[in-house]
Amino acid sequence: MMKYETVIGLEVHIELATKSKIFCTCGTEFGAGQNNNVCPACCGMPGMLPVMNKKVVELGMMAGMLTNCRINRYTTFDKKSYYYPDLPSSYQTTQWFAPICVDGGVEIETSKGKKVVGIKQIHMEEDAGKLVHDDWTDTTLVDFNRTSVPLIEIVSRPDLSSVEEVVAYLDKLKTLLRFARVSDCKMEEGSMRCDVNLSIRPEGSTELGVRTEMKNMNSITAISKAIEYEVARHIDALERGTEVLIQETRRWDDVKNKSFGMRSKEMAADYRYFPDPNLVPIIIDDEWYDSVKDSLPELPEVKKERYINEFALSESDASILTSSRALCDVFEGAVSVSGLPKDTANWILGECMSILRQKKLSADELSIDPSKLGRIVKLVADGKIVRNAGKQVLSAVFNQDVDPDEYCKEKGLDAQSDTGEIELAVKKVLDANEATVIKYKNGETKVRNALFGQVMKELKGKGDPAMIQNILSKFLD
Amino acid sequence: MKYITTINEKGNVALEDTILYKNIPCSAGSKMLEKFIPLHNSEVADRLEKAGYVISGKVNVGEFGFDLLGETSHFGAEKDENGNLVFPSSLLVKSGLKGVIATELNGASLRGAALGGTVFVKPTYGTVSRYGVIPCACSSEQVGVHTADVESAVELLSVIAGHDGKDGTSLPTEKYEYSSDCGVSGKKVCIPQEYYEKASSEMKAKIDKTAEALKSKGAEVEFVSFAQFEVSQSAWFIMMCAESCNNLSRYDGVKYGHRTDKYTDIDQLYTNSRTEGFGLLAKSVILYGSDVLSKNRYFSAYDKALKVRRAIRSSLDELFAKYDMILAPVTSATQYPSADIKTVYEETYFTSLASMMGLPTVVISGVQLIGNSFWENKLLSAAKSIEGVE
Repeated sequence: MMKYETVIGLEVHIELATKSKIFCTCGTEFGAGQNNNVCPACCGMPGMLPVMNKKVVELGMMAGMLTNCRINRYTTFDKKSYYYPDLPSSYQTTQWFAPICVDGGVEIETSKGKKVVGIKQIHMEEDAGKLVHDDWTDTTLVDFNRTSVPLIEIVSRPDLSSVEEVVAYLDKLKTLLRFARVSDCKMEEGSMRCDVNLSIRPEGSTELGVRTEMKNMNSITAISKAIEYEVARHIDALERGTEVLIQETRRWDDVKNKSFGMRSKEMAADYRYFPDPNLVPIIIDDEWYDSVKDSLPELPEVKKERYINEFALSESDASILTSSRALCDVFEGAVSVSGLPKDTANWILGECMSILRQKKLSADELSIDPSKLGRIVKLVADGKIVRNAGKQVLSAVFNQDVDPDEYCKEKGLDAQSDTGEIELAVKKVLDANEATVIKYKNGETKVRNALFGQVMKELKGKGDPAMIQNILSKFLD
Repeated sequence: MKYITTINEKGNVALEDTILYKNIPCSAGSKMLEKFIPLHNSEVADRLEKAGYVISGKVNVGEFGFDLLGETSHFGAEKDENGNLVFPSSLLVKSGLKGVIATELNGASLRGAALGGTVFVKPTYGTVSRYGVIPCACSSEQVGVHTADVESAVELLSVIAGHDGKDGTSLPTEKYEYSSDCGVSGKKVCIPQEYYEKASSEMKAKIDKTAEALKSKGAEVEFVSFAQFEVSQSAWFIMMCAESCNNLSRYDGVKYGHRTDKYTDIDQLYTNSRTEGFGLLAKSVILYGSDVLSKNRYFSAYDKALKVRRAIRSSLDELFAKYDMILAPVTSATQYPSADIKTVYEETYFTSLASMMGLPTVVISGVQLIGNSFWENKLLSAAKSIEGVE
């Protein structure tokens, strides 16, 4: 059998993390009651005019900057006409003639090494609504909440050749866009969706084969399975003549694990694109461009290097911290207060993560005042409170956002550093444990831990550990 | 008569039925929107009410404003005792209403005022908000005022013009001033040869009379030839149909407006609702608009029309460097017992240039004065000086 290679290009739709829709002031949150986030404008009522949400343009620019695109300083919106009940004005406002970003690319890493995947363009557009089938009345109802939610579509060049590369590319986009808070990229909530364009050709050939497009894929598993299925189908068609391949749009069925033809190129709609007269061209001047560029966060790889070099963190700690923008923000904020990078990293990766696990939250959802965490780290490091008390304060900060210093005072968590009281406790413990003291003096030094524990217990956990050790030494050694 | 009106006192105005007024049906003269009730006001309605005007009602228009003189309205055309078409807004202001606020799309308001002997002012594109106006050709249509005299037009225009953040094409000027009178003495007026030639002898006589009146007030009037008039008509038709076709696509029977009884699937719902809901002229606009936007025709039709518009813009600047205004007929004849699609197309010859270029236009004494953008005061002053010439 001839050897084939797969040629894949992706069109990735990403919902932008704006509070309001692209052309009106309706909210965008996921999971709102049906048709709660709608107004006459996003319902396609006549006479309502679009007013551009500036934030959308800024997030569009950011996406382009993150993926090394050129930003078009003169960018326009166009109308794309087609009839579908989830599209209330019967046209989608998108960018056809002058998209905001062009000619970029991102580097991915797979088992075969590093590779740059080209990006043809990124354009801004509005999302459509959702159709809901009501089995009870056997009717189809429409929910316009998602109508006019801002999207960007990232169109890659046909540079991908395997499932592994596709997954690496999507992961890369996800990491970049989440880090810069352009989008939350949640495939399960539909804020990241993907059209897969695929063809195969004999290895080494430069011509492209017949291309099929699978629309609206919304999980990595489905994308992987669909690609494998399509490659096999194409090879069967070419090798065994099972069917004649045509350029068409196909639908992936997640239950049947099969793709089905939807419409061929000949049946494709003529979208009658033309410039939207109601949206004046957007001109991005240097000032605006620079302010958006300046607002971009330091990217994960750069941050990771800096954490290792500047803060002397281990490679693995730096990796975990830089996997999430929220962790980085809390870490950097806390370090600026505690001045103790290693301790702070330990507190985040240990205590904070364990609280997140208990609450079944992801790292991105870490929400704590970084300066408060910084103070806890410092209090413990300075011996003002003991580690266990620190954990208690942290949990109170998490749940009630208390002030760490006041909380310690209120709960009497201040570490016991009065020498007299510690001496009394040590004496009391040594007197009550004569046998153990003898063991220690006979060289069984590990029993010292038991004595230490007893003293701490006597001090109700508030003793300064270093001081207890000192006083123990004074009496024992 | 199909319009609703409760004239109380001087100060009452009405809206043409293409402009939304909260909780009052807005049909745009179409069966498609016969029962459509808007949820809120247009910006112009808001401004009028804030300024203390009473909005008395809605005035019948031709379907979406595409036609000659309102003859395509689903609610019927208005005719005078001789069987000639009359424009409802013109009739109303003659019978005492302060004014009718109207959308000027394809010349109907201009023609209505010219044939009815009333005043219509279409200000520069972008000076009056289109928020709450039933959209057709968004790049060109403009809200104007229909009145019995120039003074009332100036008064109402001052109320409705000015920046509105809800309309992205609204110009930044907060408020416009229309009342300063700069007279017409020493002003240069041109009559385009091409327009004059196409007019009937009665219409030519009207132009001659107006030219004489202007001269008697100290203006210079001369004929000029401007080749762009011819091409502006085809370019305008392409643009108007394309943009309107797109805007009319929202009327699909799904959400509001007319829905057919005869459907078993979504395609039939669309097709039958639109077939039943739109009249012949609207359907023609939709078909022609779809064609000029289609993949195969876009660059040879629509895109070319946009280029023509840009080219005309620069030659207009040359024309207006020499002249203060254009004096021209609004229609070829002085009366129309009926109108078909061909008549509508032919008559847009006189209005396409100003429509497409968003130029201010004042209809007075049965003729039109067209100026460069923001020259409303020149036009209004000239109109005042010849007011009453019949």
